[in-house]
Amino acid sequence: MSKKLKIGIPCSEASLVCDKSQYKESSFWEKVKLHVHLLYCKVCRDYTKTNSKLTSIIAQSKVRCMDKKNKESLKNEFNKVLKKENF
Amino acid sequence: MPKHLLNPNKWIDLYADYLFNFTISRVNDREMAQDLVQETFLAGLKSMKNFKGEASERTWLISILKRKIIDHYRKINSIKGKAEVRITSNNDSETEGDWLEERVADPFDKTAEDTMQNTELGEAILNCLSKLPEKQSEVFRMKTIEGIETEDICNELNITASNLWVIIHRARTAMALCLKENWF
Repeated sequence: MSKKLKIGIPCSEASLVCDKSQYKESSFWEKVKLHVHLLYCKVCRDYTKTNSKLTSIIAQSKVRCMDKKNKESLKNEFNKVLKKENF
Repeated sequence: MPKHLLNPNKWIDLYADYLFNFTISRVNDREMAQDLVQETFLAGLKSMKNFKGEASERTWLISILKRKIIDHYRKINSIKGKAEVRITSNNDSETEGDWLEERVADPFDKTAEDTMQNTELGEAILNCLSKLPEKQSEVFRMKTIEGIETEDICNELNITASNLWVIIHRARTAMALCLKENWF
């Protein structure tokens, strides 16, 4: 294949770039290629739409998790009790 | 109706995040929330024989947790109540205006309803997350909710970046599908 700048990308790459952009990790050139792809690909347009929606509702919900360290220590403590009670 | 069974060995993996999110949206203090979650699991273990199998495991644990949260509020209020006399009528003349207009609720303020909806949304998200395969839910949680850098996740879980993006892609598709019915 020639080394010309390729602007057309397959859907697999488009969805990868789309996922990356949800975390702001796609480069400018990748985004350009994604948007060109979106011009003619309905499937990826829909995917991009739901994907952004998912990002925005997660941000909106302010959902929080236990951090890993605390969860581990909780687990250890709980398992100790479990052992004592013979499960 | 099939009877629900309890399996405490899996409690932490399955429900810790869900219970934690439930608690923290109600008590607003990470450490306190953590303690309450731990107490809930221990209390659940102690009263396992009282479990009738009518509700699912998670519903049952939440009902214990709710009582723990109420107890927590009772406790802090009674200590305060003993220590000080509180006057709750709007008498902060410095901050509150005397004019009625200044006491009207700010329309741009977050309403209680919004906050409540977001709490429910958070619970729905964690619920969907717990339905994913373990690897997917772990990566998705680290990346999206805890916001850890790609590189750090790869190092910790010993996977390549392209591997990570494949997992993320599958997780995102599944999450969108799961949340679609009620939240999109």
